[in-house]
Amino acid sequence: MSQNTMNLKVKVWRQKNANAQGAFVTYDVAGISDEMSFLEMMDILNEKLITEGGDPVAFDHDCREGICGMCSMYINGKPHGPWQANTTCQLHMRAFKDGETIVIEPWRANSFPIVKDLTVDRSAFDRIIQAGGYISVNTGNAVDGNSLPIEKQNADDAFAAAMCIGCGACVAACKNSSAMLFLSAKVSHLALLPQGAPERKSRVLNMVAQMDKEGFGSCTNTGACEATCPKEISIANIARLNKEYLGASLSAE
Amino acid sequence: MTFKQMFTSSVGKKLVMAFTGIFLVLFLVVHAGLNACIWAMDGGVMFNKAAHFMGSFVVPRILEIGLFLGIFLHIIQGYMLTLENRSKRKVGYEVNYAKGSKWYSRSMAILGTILLMFFIIHWKHFWIPSRITGVAEMDLGNGFVVHNLYGVMQDTFQNVWVVLFYVISCISLSYHLAHGFQSAFKTIGVHNKRYHTMITSIGYGFAIIIPLAFALMPISFYLHWVK
Repeated sequence: MSQNTMNLKVKVWRQKNANAQGAFVTYDVAGISDEMSFLEMMDILNEKLITEGGDPVAFDHDCREGICGMCSMYINGKPHGPWQANTTCQLHMRAFKDGETIVIEPWRANSFPIVKDLTVDRSAFDRIIQAGGYISVNTGNAVDGNSLPIEKQNADDAFAAAMCIGCGACVAACKNSSAMLFLSAKVSHLALLPQGAPERKSRVLNMVAQMDKEGFGSCTNTGACEATCPKEISIANIARLNKEYLGASLSAE
Repeated sequence: MTFKQMFTSSVGKKLVMAFTGIFLVLFLVVHAGLNACIWAMDGGVMFNKAAHFMGSFVVPRILEIGLFLGIFLHIIQGYMLTLENRSKRKVGYEVNYAKGSKWYSRSMAILGTILLMFFIIHWKHFWIPSRITGVAEMDLGNGFVVHNLYGVMQDTFQNVWVVLFYVISCISLSYHLAHGFQSAFKTIGVHNKRYHTMITSIGYGFAIIIPLAFALMPISFYLHWVK
């Protein structure tokens, strides 16, 4: 198999720190193989910048296997780039054409302040999880998995919700900068399982309160989040979250 | 947890939009049903009787207060949510993401604004003359005199610009409902795929049939389909 090489222009958002004024800078990157991953192309650009004595483009990445949720680029107007159900690290250069200009922006939301260039601070998600996205388990021996029967459909739905890697693409794609797809995945995941039942009501109330405190917008069910989610989290989870919230808030003291 | 905390959270604000929205959907059915009396082909007798019942009987008058509250709550909450949601992204994108959501889902505030302008003009055409400034009367015999709102419709819809404006408003209503109907049910928690598919289909049907019925009313008068 022969590989094709291409020359591209990359228009990247550069911003020194959270308070600095940012701007787009366009770079030429030459000799990019269509078999490279998108982040390898970014590595080549950064190598070039370092060699020339410049400042490399800061971007988040970790596993490069599509499971950690660290990569977070808004490529040509879509979080994680043009491919469906895909993270930036799993995007390959064959998605682009020779001579193309690729526009790369950071996630844009007040709740995700820019740290540098394409790196944003997503610790708001961590604080939402800390507000209730867990189950309290007593220490001791792990119980036998089969001691708690779980209906197959619930297990499947909970697993599908647990696929959320917390990358924040839903917030980036939403016109309201709403974190509802993320939150609904986390709430659904535990609401569907017996382990999540004891803290079910306090969980949804506390997590919604924390989400509002972090300054995310309200959901208007446009569906942009679902369409861009690399893990294809269903928007049905948002409806489930609404039901959980309505029930919990009506019955709370 | 207080009701205030409940309805002022991000999810609670949506609940207000959904509950008032569903209430307004029910109102549309009543309004379209009553107005359909213009097609009785009896010179407006049945329509004027129906309008008289709505205007003089105590139950619809009490419901009318609820209707106004519902409309204003929906409008005010809608604008507040739109402004608040817009403020959540101070720096916008260079390349805007458009795929993945329908244009009308993203344009509820614009569609709603067209509808608000329509309401103001619509109230001025019919509600204010009927309730405040007075309209010509129709004698149905035996001393039964009613407002001739049918005649007001006939006069109002002779102006082609008014007819056009009503039709455009009906198209806006159609798209507003196409998103709003199913979205409201999602907001009150219908996540079951079977029911959600059903509600979405009913919503699209409703978004076509009701605005179409409304749009045909001014057109019927303008083209003299009803006399």
